[in-house]
Amino acid sequence: MARVSVGIVPAPVITASALTKTYKGFSAVDGISFEVAPGESFGLLGPNGAGKSTTMRMVGAVSTRTSGELAILGLDPDQYGPEIRSQLGVVPQSDNLDMELRVRDNLIVYGRYFGLPRAQVAKRADELLEFAQLADRAKSKVDDLSGGMKRRLTIARALINDPRILLLDEPTTGLDPQARHILWDRLFRLKEQGTTLVLTTHYMDEAEQLCDRLVVVDKGRIMAEGSPAALIREYSSREVLEVRFGSERNEALGEQLAGIGDRVEVLPDRVLIYSSNGEAVLERITQLGHEPITSLVRRSSLEDVFLRLTGRTLVE
Amino acid sequence: MSGQEVLSDAAWRERALAGGVRPRRYGSWYVAEHRIRSMRSYGQTILATSIGNPLIYLFALGIGLATLVDANLGDDAVQGVSYLVFVAPALLGLAAVMVSAEEFTYPIMLGFKWNPIFFGMNAAPITGGQITNGILISVLARMVPTCVIYFIAMVLFGAVPSAVGILMIPIAVLAAMSVGLAIMAYTARIEQDKGQMALIMRFGITPMLLFSGTFFPLSQLPIYLQWIGWISPLWHGTELGRVISYGLAEPAWLTAVHVLYPAVIIVVCWRMSQRVFTARLNK
Repeated sequence: MARVSVGIVPAPVITASALTKTYKGFSAVDGISFEVAPGESFGLLGPNGAGKSTTMRMVGAVSTRTSGELAILGLDPDQYGPEIRSQLGVVPQSDNLDMELRVRDNLIVYGRYFGLPRAQVAKRADELLEFAQLADRAKSKVDDLSGGMKRRLTIARALINDPRILLLDEPTTGLDPQARHILWDRLFRLKEQGTTLVLTTHYMDEAEQLCDRLVVVDKGRIMAEGSPAALIREYSSREVLEVRFGSERNEALGEQLAGIGDRVEVLPDRVLIYSSNGEAVLERITQLGHEPITSLVRRSSLEDVFLRLTGRTLVE
Repeated sequence: MSGQEVLSDAAWRERALAGGVRPRRYGSWYVAEHRIRSMRSYGQTILATSIGNPLIYLFALGIGLATLVDANLGDDAVQGVSYLVFVAPALLGLAAVMVSAEEFTYPIMLGFKWNPIFFGMNAAPITGGQITNGILISVLARMVPTCVIYFIAMVLFGAVPSAVGILMIPIAVLAAMSVGLAIMAYTARIEQDKGQMALIMRFGITPMLLFSGTFFPLSQLPIYLQWIGWISPLWHGTELGRVISYGLAEPAWLTAVHVLYPAVIIVVCWRMSQRVFTARLNK
């Protein structure tokens, strides 16, 4: 097989151009364009219903696009669905492990779908159970696993064919913080090994942890694109001061504070003041005679980027 | 685990094209393999019903009821044969139909909704059509042994007068698969379970088994009820089984209908199921 020569930029593994998906007149995905380079970790960040999962299904070559261009590994999914899927690993939003089979058998039957020989699948299944820290649960019933374990098993299953691209749709939704961190660690290892990751999430910390580059999606459209740091730099200030005056007073105080800092956002439960120096802003507010019930200075996050772009929070 | 190979774009494309070859060719068999493995989780139930059912039915009808019928009507009680010989082809068909009724109802709803493994298969290189085929193959893998066990029991009970009676097995399978595929063409469409499965059993399977010339000749029924038999694949299978088993006399065209009618249902409903599966997976 031909090796990549030094100096040649490899072609993107995913190219989407003006991609749309319409259901009964409703545009779930409304003309989005993006590219994913090999080995890149690419994220789609947006609230529920933004069109992220629909995009993932189109990229996963299981959902036919309504219009636009889409190529995965240079192939058109309309024509080469099974071929493309043979090189993908898919972690769907809700687990669809076979509850009637035991943990290891779930990996075995799935590996067979790729036409892999039984012996090879068996060997790979054992390696992946180790990777997913589930080796001691090989013979357990899937039902007996915790949410985090099921998720790790789903990821192990997605890796059974040694995929070129791993698609993860909301990989840690519903998991407790510890389970999320274990999962992030596993995903990070895959990234280090050169697997291309494409993930959707509505968790800003997840996007910041895992994505080299991401697009912010809302209502089926791309609102912004860039690395997490670049997006924060472009659409937010360095720091944010969060102050609470009580739900009755937040709005009134928010109006009075307009002009302090770079920008003020009033949310039902708190007021956010964007500036390069949160502590200085807090001091200023106190000098003006306002006493917040609580205050917190933090660094800007993707949540702030999203709020700036859409006027809404990610998790509502 | 090792890191990913560094390959050129063309090499990756080639790898993808090669990766699709085996799944495209053997995908249906992989699905069947999966489902047969799943059946092992209720394997003991399958085995117990496969052996228990013929014993229960043959004792109850072939010995219990048959004694009464034959005592009143003689050894050539129905259509010139003993009641046991008369009822046996129908019982075999019924056993096969019950496998269909089990495998093509809840497992289909399960795979789409309650434990959506069909979506998992489709995320791998398997198509909706292949899932349909795989289900069909796996049901055959359960139905044929069930019928063979039943047939052996029938022979032991003296319910099979001639050697060609063994053809009753493929006849029963043909009839039952036509019932099963018709059920699947319907259940694959169900988005919400509002008791449709129970309706299939109550208003589909039960009338079919009672009014398909199963326990008495269809001609015993008033003409306005006989249509249930005519449209029932089980009746066609039963009648064909009787022609083979003890030489029931009927016109040749009718025998041809007994074969063609379920065969046509199988082909039409198979295609319909494939389409429904494909459309439903493509969300």
